[in-house]
Amino acid sequence: MKTPTSSLFRALNPSDAGNTAESKATLAEIDGSCRRPVLFLFTNSLLWLLGGTVLALLASWKMHSPGFLADWPWLTFGRVRPAHLNAMIYGFSSQAAIGVAIWLLCRLGRVPFMQGGIVLAATVFWNLGVTVGIFAILSGNSTSIEWLEMPGYAAYILFIAYALIAVWAVITFRFRREKHLYVSQWYLMAALFWFPWLYSAANMMLVINPVRGTVQAAVNWWFAHNVLGLWFAPIGLGAIYYFIPKVIGRPIHSYSLSVLGFWSLALFYSWAGLHHLIGGPLPAWMITISIVASIMMVIPVVTVAINHHLTMVGHFKQLKYSPTLRFIVFGAMSYTAVSLQGSSMAIRSLNKVTHFTHYTIAHAHLGMYAFFTMTMFGSMYYIVPRLVQREWPSARLISVHFWTTSLGVLLYIVPLSVGGVLQGLAMNDPNVPFLKTVELTKPYLITRSISGMIIAVGHVAFFWNFAWILARRLRPYEPPVAIIAAGLEQEVKAGLAGDI
Amino acid sequence: MNYGPLVFLGLFLTFASSWIGLTVLPQFQLGGLRTQKIEETGRDFPDAVSGSAAQGREVYRADGCIYCHSQQVRAADFGADVARGWGKRRSVSRDYLYDKPVFLGTMRTGPDLANIGLRQPSVEWHLIHLYNPQITSKGSIMPPHPFLFELRKIGRAPSPDALKLTGEFAPPRGYEVVPKAEAKNLVAYLLSLRVNVALPEAPLGK
Repeated sequence: MKTPTSSLFRALNPSDAGNTAESKATLAEIDGSCRRPVLFLFTNSLLWLLGGTVLALLASWKMHSPGFLADWPWLTFGRVRPAHLNAMIYGFSSQAAIGVAIWLLCRLGRVPFMQGGIVLAATVFWNLGVTVGIFAILSGNSTSIEWLEMPGYAAYILFIAYALIAVWAVITFRFRREKHLYVSQWYLMAALFWFPWLYSAANMMLVINPVRGTVQAAVNWWFAHNVLGLWFAPIGLGAIYYFIPKVIGRPIHSYSLSVLGFWSLALFYSWAGLHHLIGGPLPAWMITISIVASIMMVIPVVTVAINHHLTMVGHFKQLKYSPTLRFIVFGAMSYTAVSLQGSSMAIRSLNKVTHFTHYTIAHAHLGMYAFFTMTMFGSMYYIVPRLVQREWPSARLISVHFWTTSLGVLLYIVPLSVGGVLQGLAMNDPNVPFLKTVELTKPYLITRSISGMIIAVGHVAFFWNFAWILARRLRPYEPPVAIIAAGLEQEVKAGLAGDI
Repeated sequence: MNYGPLVFLGLFLTFASSWIGLTVLPQFQLGGLRTQKIEETGRDFPDAVSGSAAQGREVYRADGCIYCHSQQVRAADFGADVARGWGKRRSVSRDYLYDKPVFLGTMRTGPDLANIGLRQPSVEWHLIHLYNPQITSKGSIMPPHPFLFELRKIGRAPSPDALKLTGEFAPPRGYEVVPKAEAKNLVAYLLSLRVNVALPEAPLGK
């Protein structure tokens, strides 16, 4: 029997599993059940990350050197750019998110994953859908609806594949042995429930049977903003809520703050999408209500930031030793930054300048990359060794991965934001010829290509390490040498032995 | 305490509220919007694009023009859209009645195109600009679209459609650059983008 106190403590502390032999056996069983489906999702996800990076570099290069590879319609900017976005969103990010969500739900529910085989098959199906969709975009069959460029037939494949995966995640959750819910589980279950509604409703109203005129724009930005706010953000936050307390070994600071943060996010984020249409031809109330919701987002964001910070306080030293924590804390801080920036961008007077400029693109990468992608990297650094039952082969590659991606994305965001503001100011001055607004952005576009190449190096380093650790599984297990070197080596060598 | 069902209800209600508020209500308000009879011309506004302009719209969609060009004019007191001459009035929902998909756009790497048919009515200018933007707009970062054109040997007589290209942009001797149907359709679509009538909800000049 649990006392209320201990059950509350469990709700705060994902690491409170005890280190009994029984719980270790359970964890081994859980990890065994997740091994194939989650590693398969991660492998596909990282392959799309590499493909999406190539598309990103192509698109970025074309922006300052428009003559580059301009002879082939398949590689024209207007096709490569949406292909990049879809490869990253549906190929990389969604599969990484689903993999992390499955593992977290099993670990937190203390229950082995059910029907990993069906999920393997569904993952093949999902990747088929993404491949068909990207192929369609490059061959000129894009819908030209932002974030939903894949034609209807690809969307059907994705939806069915998603349903097959999510159903088993939900059933596994229902059979959980640990009945008490930790805050990460709310976020993960919410995302798994919201995404299919979001994706199917938007596809029905825009691609399969389009609504009329500017209603499409409303649905479009309701979808595109919520796919960030109600699909990627909750899974990213769920992971952050799990890994910070887990790695530093202390419970989350405040239970009430996490409740407040969760419900205010659910309420406000879902209404914020139409700030993408400020100044546009829609009735004022729709846009105003989204501006209000965007400003109200300050509540969940500050709440979550305080909660994470007060959990971390006094433990920042550990950033030096744990790659998981490094990436996760970088992601958590970026979440605060990107959300507050997003709220400010919904203010009309600022939006007048930043809308229609590269500032928005920089903002999007602060969200999808600096927050979400870095959080997924951090999660994988923790999860993969436990599934493979081997240590990460190279601490140096981890180091390369962290510094190239973190500094690379800053080099992406900061200059491009400056360029965007200058572009917006120039555009709002009718005396500046339009071509000037284009020319003044060129140095920032070139910087973006450079930062993209730096980030690409990090992705290759990570994939190399990932392929290497998978290859290690083919060989019999050798227990790690007992000498623990300083720095990153600590988690690399000690990962399996301790803190499960 | 098992408050799972309660959490689920909350998730359902928050999301349902936004789905209804931001997609279903807009559909109720705007889904039944009708065309407006314009007194001076006696015609209904807007017109659906048709013929080669409709086919050109598909080229605009396929080649992703929206990623750099918006098609919406903001009000005169919000940004410099009207001052730049991008439109005679702000855009309103009625302007987009027939558009599937609607190309409002979110970027202005290139200029707004809501009224490009009024601002630049020359077919030849558009064709040359699409073939290579550097010819008409030096320093532009718009990608050239040579794949919408055919480089071919001049037959018995030069084609009347051939682009007039000179200097470094001229094709090799004995060759000519001729727009394919896609290029002509795309230009027809661009020229169809023109809003020069007042609506009750949007008088000219504002």
